[in-house]
Order: sequence, then C-alpha cells, then structure tokens
Amino acid sequence: MSPAAGSRRGARALSWAAAAALVALPLLSGKFATYLGVRVALLAIFGTGYNLLLGRTGLLSFGHGGFYAAGAYALGLCSLHLTAHPLPGLALALAAGAAAALVVGFFCIRASEVYFSMLTLAFGMLIFAVVWNAREITGGDDGLVGVMRAPIALGPLRLDIAGERAFYLLAVALLAGSLWLAHRLRRSPFGLTLAGIRENPVRAEFAGVPVRRYRLAAFVISGAYAGLAGGLEVLLESNARPTMAHWTHSAEPILVSLLGGLHSLLGPAVGSLAFVALREVVQRFTENWMLAFGVVLLVIILGFRGGIVGAVEAGLRARRAGRAAP
Amino acid sequence: MQSIVHVVLAGLSNGMFIWLVASGLTLIFGVLGVLNFAHGSFYMLGAYVSFSLVRALSPHFYLAMLFGPLVVCLAGWAVERWFLRAVYRLELPYQLLLTFAFVLIFDNLVKIVWGAGALHPPPGLGPLEGSVEILGRKFPIYSLFVIAVGPLVALALWALLERTWIGRIVRAAASDREMAAALGVRVPALFTGVFIFGTWLGAVGGALAVPYVGVLTPGMGESIIIEAFIVAVLGGLGSLKGAFLGALVIGVLNAFGTRFFPAFDMALIFLLMAAVLLVRPRGLFGVARS
Repeated sequence: MSPAAGSRRGARALSWAAAAALVALPLLSGKFATYLGVRVALLAIFGTGYNLLLGRTGLLSFGHGGFYAAGAYALGLCSLHLTAHPLPGLALALAAGAAAALVVGFFCIRASEVYFSMLTLAFGMLIFAVVWNAREITGGDDGLVGVMRAPIALGPLRLDIAGERAFYLLAVALLAGSLWLAHRLRRSPFGLTLAGIRENPVRAEFAGVPVRRYRLAAFVISGAYAGLAGGLEVLLESNARPTMAHWTHSAEPILVSLLGGLHSLLGPAVGSLAFVALREVVQRFTENWMLAFGVVLLVIILGFRGGIVGAVEAGLRARRAGRAAP
Repeated sequence: MQSIVHVVLAGLSNGMFIWLVASGLTLIFGVLGVLNFAHGSFYMLGAYVSFSLVRALSPHFYLAMLFGPLVVCLAGWAVERWFLRAVYRLELPYQLLLTFAFVLIFDNLVKIVWGAGALHPPPGLGPLEGSVEILGRKFPIYSLFVIAVGPLVALALWALLERTWIGRIVRAAASDREMAAALGVRVPALFTGVFIFGTWLGAVGGALAVPYVGVLTPGMGESIIIEAFIVAVLGGLGSLKGAFLGALVIGVLNAFGTRFFPAFDMALIFLLMAAVLLVRPRGLFGVARS
C-alpha cells in the first residue's frame, strides 16, 4: 500500500466518521446544541456557495446578504400567501436568490474588480432599503412573521420537520447536497475555468474564455446558494427580517470562508462551525462581537491566509515530510 | 420654482458632504491604489469626536472643528502604518477585506464609546445659526457655508496637486512608485502622508456635519460610504474632478428623490448608476489602472 493511498483511505474513514458524528449529534445533545447545529449548516450552505465566487473565481462581493434576503422573503411570502409546503417555498427561495444575483450581477460584472466590490455593497444595501421601505409587502422593519414549518408531503410520504431534530437532519442533508454540488462544480471544466480566471483574467480572455459570462454564472450560482440558505433560515426562525440584507450579514460568508480557508471545498463549512462557536462564546461575555470579528479578520489577513483548513494541511504536510526524511 | 431652487440648494449642501468623503476616498485610491471601505468610518469618527469636543470646548466651536478631524488622523495613521502597509503586496481582495475589518472595528468602537443610540447635537451650535430669505423662503446660513466650503476644498486640492512641489511628488509616486522610489522619494512615508490627508478630508466632512445633520448614529458612516462609492462609480475612481461632479449630481438627485418620490428616494440614483455602468463601466472620468 502506497503512503498516498493510505492517507486517502484515512481521509475517507475520517470523513465517514465526521458524517456519522453530524447525524448522531442531535440524538446525543440537547435542543440548543441542535439549534446551533442547524445554524452552522445554514451558514455553511451560504458560505460554500459564496466561496465558489470568492475562493474559486477571485471576486469579492459585499452584497450576498441581499440574495439571502431575497430567498428568505420568497419563502416567507410563498408560505404566507400561496402554500405552506416547504418544497415549493425552498425552490422559490433558491430561484429568487439566483434571479436577484442575475439582475445585480448583470450590472456589477461589467466593472473591474474594485468597482465590483463597491457595486455589490451598494446593490445589497439597495435590497435592504427596498425591503425596509416596502412595508405593505415585506412588513418593513418588523419583517415577515409567523411562517409555519409545515410537513414535507410527497404523495403518501409525509416528513414532519417541525421538531428540531428532524429539521436538523434536513439541513445537514441539504448541506451535504450543497457540498457535493460544489465539489462537482470545482472539478468540472467550468470550475477549472473559474480558477483560471481567478489566476489571470487577461490570459483567460486571450484563450477565448468569455470571462464576464463565467463570472456572472459563478455569481448566480452563489446567489442561488444564498437564497436557499435564506429560505431555510425562515423555516428555522419562522420569520424573515430586513437585516438579512444588511452589509453586516453580507460579511458573514466572507468571514467563514476566510476563517475556514479560501482554497478548499470544506473551508467555509469548517469556518461556519468555528464562527458560530466563537460567536456563542463571545456573546456570553460581551455584546461587541463585531469588534471581535474585525480583530479575527485582521489576524487572518495578516497572518493566517490559509484559514483553519490551510493551517491543518500545512501541519499534516510538515509531519509527513518529517516522517519521509528521518 | 421656489421649491425647486430650494431642493437644488439642499441637494448641493448634501452633495458637499459626499464630496468631502469621496475626495479622500479617491485621493487614497489614486495614489495608494487601495479602496478604503473604512473611509465612511472616518467621517463618522470625525462627527463623533468633534461632537464631544464641541461640548468640552463649549464656546469655541471652531477649535473643536479644527481639532476633531486631527484626532481622527491618528486613527488613519495607525491603520496605514501598522496594517495597510503589510498588505500592499497581497491580492486585491485581502486589501479590501483589511479595510472592511476596520469598518467592523470602528463601528463597534463608536457604539462602545458613545452608545448605540442616536446622539442629538443641540441646535444653534456655532455662530452660523439663523437663515436668510431666498426667493421668499428661508434657507439656513450654515447650508450656504457648506456649499461654499466644498468648492474651496476642491480648488485647494487642485492647487496642491498641480501647482506645488509636494503635489508633483505625489503625482509622480501615483503614476510609478518604483521610479519615484529610485529617484529618492520616500514612497512609504509619502503613502502614509496621503492616507492621513485623505482621512482628514473625510473627518472634516464628519465634523462639518455635526451642526448640519441634527442626529449622529453609528450607521452614519455606512450610508455616506455607499453614496461615495456611487459617486466613484459615476465619476471614475481616482478622478477628483469626477468625484466633485458626481457628488453634486448625487446630492441633488437625492434631494429631488426625497422631495418628490419619498418611497423610492434611492431609485433615481441607482437608475443613473446603472445607466453609467452600461455605457461607461469605468465612470465618466475614469482611467484604466493596471
């Protein structure tokens, strides 16, 4: 057995163990830990999609809170006015996130990278302002309240997700699906082209890649992930709030991607776990978690740009190198 | 007719605050090549620090207006010297994120020091209270003063950059920092100086806003930085002329929006921005920058 195959088998065993632990968590722990588990899963979906844009394509968007809110309000409005069934609601949430990203992206992608970041921030805050002002539809600063978590009924099959545990399993399943899709996208010719655009957009353009269209596609995909995560949050909290579109919320997928590691598939998911855990701890002691996260962000940028996954990988590599050359 | 004149005047005075923030933003971008997301926070800090100084130095309003922005310059110095300087060689997203981290930090610090609620500067600050009659309706003198300050700052900046020895060095370092360094310009110190000067411009905007806005909130930095970004998109980043014209256009459009379509006051601006982006993605006076 070659060492590479051994480490691959080890990695596979490790990921099965992690998956088993994830599924078993709600059986072993209390309600609050399960709730936090759902929050981690939702943030991980949000971050995984976002990192297809930041880590893979090299575009820094400050407006994804807007797409998250689009998904949230789509599910909320669908649930309150059309049907409380979660599946059409989640499908609408995903579509709303993608559609909002398509419209915003159409304008922002045309601009160079600095402009892109400014524009996404501005458009994200436009969505915030629209949601805040359109009181008749969105409930203004009160948000949409009283969204039910109805069972998922498929013909004779009925899946009750009202309980925390059942909803946790649904969130984890959707996270697994999101990660699988992101994995496939990263490996696909499409994903490799995105990485090529990140490394050198000019050369990609010369090679005949329609750079703008690829960037827009990555933007829309990340918007769809954001919409799905937003829809799920409404099911979790039973309300949609305008602050979901605020720039401080747009900062969250950036933070989790950086915290976990920009250049790995699992980075944002690991980062989400660390982020939620850290926020819980910080909020025990102080209300000033924005300050804490600003400082964490500084530390990552100045010293640990690989994030948690990058640091672990570097550590493993160093150990392996040490073993190979005794 | 009267009301239109008044809306235009109100828009011009609003636009001057946006100009003060946008000028610092665009100067820093033009010379250092860094987009400073925290620039709105310097505006906010300028307002809060000056507000506290106005109270402390009570009758001496102008002293407070003078020293408040200088205190904020210390924050600008710390950001550039100890943090930004370390990331000039990194990719663009890291530079943006570094300044973004300072938005989170400064906003939170303001909440810690001054509280999360709104502060209300007492009316009648300074000697420029009262109003004059323009076309049969009253208009605050202070707004006229602000409308006068904006073009003066623009003129001073132009003279400084185009007509002085230091301006020539700044322009040289902006166009080719290696060559300037080879010719003996101390580029890192120059960058620190330009960043501090840009910070000062934003903070002066904040200080001037204290008697004007009537209410200080920890969110005041973010709304003005978004307007400054829109100005930069319209006028072109790095172009002071573009920033000045853009700020006037945004200020006046904003005033018209609030006056005539209060529910969609942002819509006009975003429509204009979308139109400019479709026709000129680099803005009206933008130049390509490698």
